[in-house]
Amino acid sequence: MNILVCISHVPDTTSKINFTENNSLFDTNGVQYIINPNDEFGLTRAIWLKEKQGAQIHVIHVGAADADPTLRKCLAIGADKAFRIDTAAVDGNAVAHELAAFVKNNSYDLIIAGRESIDYNGGMVPGMLAALLDIPFVPNCVGLEIDGSIAVAEREIDGGREKLKGSLPMVIGGQKGLVEESDLRIPNMRGIMQARQKPFEVVPAQQASASSQDITFEKPAPKGDVKLVSADDLDQLIELLHKEAKVL
Amino acid sequence: MSVLVFAESENNTLKRNAAEVASYGVALAEKLGTKCTAISFNTNNAKELGAFGIAHVANINIASNHFDANAYAGAIEDHAKNTNVTHIVLGSSADAKFLAPILSGKLGAAYAPNAVALPNEMNPLTVKRTAFTNKAFVYTQLTSDINIIGVGNNTFGAVENAIDCTVEDMDSKQFTSNLEQVSVDKVTGKATIADADVVVSGGRGLKGPEHWHLVEDLANVLGAATACSKPVSDMGWRSHDEHVGQTGKPVSTNLYIAIGISGAIQHLAGVNASKVKVVINNDPEAPFFKAADYGVVGDAFEVVPELIEKLKVFKAQG
Repeated sequence: MNILVCISHVPDTTSKINFTENNSLFDTNGVQYIINPNDEFGLTRAIWLKEKQGAQIHVIHVGAADADPTLRKCLAIGADKAFRIDTAAVDGNAVAHELAAFVKNNSYDLIIAGRESIDYNGGMVPGMLAALLDIPFVPNCVGLEIDGSIAVAEREIDGGREKLKGSLPMVIGGQKGLVEESDLRIPNMRGIMQARQKPFEVVPAQQASASSQDITFEKPAPKGDVKLVSADDLDQLIELLHKEAKVL
Repeated sequence: MSVLVFAESENNTLKRNAAEVASYGVALAEKLGTKCTAISFNTNNAKELGAFGIAHVANINIASNHFDANAYAGAIEDHAKNTNVTHIVLGSSADAKFLAPILSGKLGAAYAPNAVALPNEMNPLTVKRTAFTNKAFVYTQLTSDINIIGVGNNTFGAVENAIDCTVEDMDSKQFTSNLEQVSVDKVTGKATIADADVVVSGGRGLKGPEHWHLVEDLANVLGAATACSKPVSDMGWRSHDEHVGQTGKPVSTNLYIAIGISGAIQHLAGVNASKVKVVINNDPEAPFFKAADYGVVGDAFEVVPELIEKLKVFKAQG
């Protein structure tokens, strides 16, 4: 089985979010980048599939060379080959088109991406990719079993779960639940050494055109001070929630 | 040029968020100087969208008796092309976020999810939406022939604007799924994190799953959904379905009550789209107090039972 895992390169979850160039660019100063957590759950599930039933795992990123260490980390924890499509990732549509062109030239049984990236939270690339390839897509995926050419994938719905069955190839939008946090792999020295020998290919872009563009950023207005209510006067809390906040 | 709203339904009845999505679509059409219609699937009460300013609904009768992203996307694509639709508005439910990217891919449309307001500019269409998991907003320009906007839950609100509404039932059996539903496991009769007005959430401060009746009882009084912090779901005290935060479910509710949650940056990111946040914690230094609107410094095991009793009295008084 050939599995492609799509990797976003995102600021660490504890990063301070600031902007520069007149609020038109994300300020990367002092920011640590990581594998997008939702993608890492997917990659780890792919590694399990490889260990259990055998698979080749390719990872791919659309973007600039600053993501290369993130892709190397994917190789160190178990992916077999990395690709980077060398272009600025302007929007979800352009990224999905780049990925679709790549997938059409290669052959994958399963394409795993994350539910969404934790930076722009678009959650759009996997579904767009599936639509462009005209293959099934399961988002918010918390369970995945492959049997021959059939996949059974479970997705989170509002207030529950839905189990869906379809033919491969399929696109999955993975998240926590596909594997647990404690299952994530930490690269060991052997993995890191092996990763240096694993193939890493920079692929020229199709120059797919974007249909949207992020123009300016804004930080939420600073929050007013919290109003503290004495634990002995909870009637006051109810009064405030009812009359001032108007949420009761 | 026209605006099309996707009105979601469940068990053949409009879902609650249809009102907010319809209201957004109607307001957008007004700003654009055009009309707004809606599309629904297998819905018996689509006419009720008239209450929010929708004059016409295409109600598609489709073979699938449950939400079916690929079939719905095919039918909406077809309808949008036939009726010269230029703007499509959807919500932020799990189903809407499933459907929108597929529709966007099929139509070659630009898509802006998590919108928090009407576009601040119409040409080029510029939408304010959340980014960096609610730590920032971004203004995104959409420059396709058809542009799709996903409205964040509880951001725009339902705006009553009653007009006459005609429902046109249409058969579209040709749109089929590429997935088969094997099973669905859904809690019934309980508010969900996605569409509740109030969410009550518990953290490690509650000391163990055996104390969760505090969260549940408070939620019951308020008609709220229950949630939990990441450590709580990691330790297996509560199911992952309840984990809210950056890697869990996002919360954008009217009232979020956090009990015994210190407020790690990842947790705050996931919940700070909520309008009003109340924190109950015995540690006055808990970072959540800095992000909250109202706080009670005190022992949850004393504060919460008392709050429940007082709320029962408050609710009884109407």
